[in-house]
Amino acid sequence: MKASLSIKGTQDGLLVSIPEGDWGDARPALLQMIDEQTDFFQGARLILQIEQRALRAADLGSLRDALAEREVNLWAVLSSSDVTKIAAADLGLAQQLSKSSSSGDEDVPFETMLYGDEAVLVEKTLRSGHSIRHPGHVIILGDINPGAEVIAGGNVMVWGRLRGMVHAGAAGDESSKVYALDLSPTQLRIAGQIAVSPTRRGRPKPEVAQIREGQLVAEEWQSNRRR
Amino acid sequence: MSATIITITSGKGGVGKTTATANLGASLADLGYRVVCIDADIGLRNLDVVMGLENRIVYDLVDVVEGHCKLRQAMIRDKHLQDLFLIPAAQTRDKTAVSPQDMVRITDELRQESDWILIDSPAGIERGFRNAIAPADLVLIITNPEVSAVRDADRIIGLIEAEEKGPGKLILNRVKPEMVRRGDMLATDDILDVLAIDLIGVIPEDEAILIATNRGTAASLDSKSKAGKAYRNVARRLNGEEVPFEILQANDGFFRRISRIMKPGGER
Repeated sequence: MKASLSIKGTQDGLLVSIPEGDWGDARPALLQMIDEQTDFFQGARLILQIEQRALRAADLGSLRDALAEREVNLWAVLSSSDVTKIAAADLGLAQQLSKSSSSGDEDVPFETMLYGDEAVLVEKTLRSGHSIRHPGHVIILGDINPGAEVIAGGNVMVWGRLRGMVHAGAAGDESSKVYALDLSPTQLRIAGQIAVSPTRRGRPKPEVAQIREGQLVAEEWQSNRRR
Repeated sequence: MSATIITITSGKGGVGKTTATANLGASLADLGYRVVCIDADIGLRNLDVVMGLENRIVYDLVDVVEGHCKLRQAMIRDKHLQDLFLIPAAQTRDKTAVSPQDMVRITDELRQESDWILIDSPAGIERGFRNAIAPADLVLIITNPEVSAVRDADRIIGLIEAEEKGPGKLILNRVKPEMVRRGDMLATDDILDVLAIDLIGVIPEDEAILIATNRGTAASLDSKSKAGKAYRNVARRLNGEEVPFEILQANDGFFRRISRIMKPGGER
């Protein structure tokens, strides 16, 4: 067997992705996998991801029957092939997941796994001239000094003093946030918004900066209030 | 004997690296140690001028590197202190004439016959700086109480950490206690807050430094000079003594926070 089948839990059911290759090989591989793990698959609702493979109604119908024998309910077929889409529609199979994520190839992980991009943990103070760039979240255990910068695709959390420049949601994600124990950046950017830190009065407090109604705002962090 | 090699650097120019090297060299030699000062600022040498030894130069650092002379021949003895020596930089060459490996090789040779080797680093973060820190056992970062100098010092500390030369120790130079008291100058606490490294000296602003420098003598040998005394204290701290910081205790809270110095440029 070449590439193996992958299974993911979604709120709609089990998403099985079938790798590229001949359907003549893939179909028995799928059934064999189900036979080997009957306990896991029994009674499951199955979503089949078959990429651009073209399957006719007869193929899908026979697969559905074969699955039904194993007490597996074929609920949806995700494919970019028009032939398959028509066939699936004829059989009354769903063609997309109920979640807002309409693209079929999107990873939908188990509910016990946290959704999100990868985060990097930086356990040092960033001094002037240092630069951290990461497509996901960035966590800094230390300070960001003036002249240092962090550019992240996701959130930025600073367990220390933020005095340099931080750009969260650099790819345009306006829901990104910046957390810091002392939020006094030379400049703060979230997605396309840019702000500078106003004069601080009193002792620094943990704060979170985010975009609210198109405005970049910073407010005191309160752990008991859900944000 | 196995010398401790100390590089004095700052990033920003004009904050007092050369003066500090000359004064620390004199202070350590005055404590009875054998000290060699090396001017690593090739092409812009001036440690020889500050030490008043310019007219005695025959060979320089580049001559040693290129094998034109023996190391001994390039060592110029100080006018006042028997155990203080200078290896001057070449004025007619540039930084590329010396490599970091050359610096390590030369200082290894010097280690055997001295107690302290002080290297005066050029400003900037390029080749000359790398030459200067390559052999260092300890890096002293010197800064003034102004935002641009502190910013550059922070950058330098980052580079030193990247070279695995430790975080270094800080000398805060040209502090005017009056201005700190009035809140017109960055306070020691605020600077340490940002740089987060150990302080080894606070040098007050002192006319005696300028006078001594122009004369080619070290202010640290002048018992009446406040800055000279501060440099002697740094030397004693390098030597492992516990010496209290006088000026630190004078700062009693009338200072600005760094965060307030960053002017707001708009609304959030």
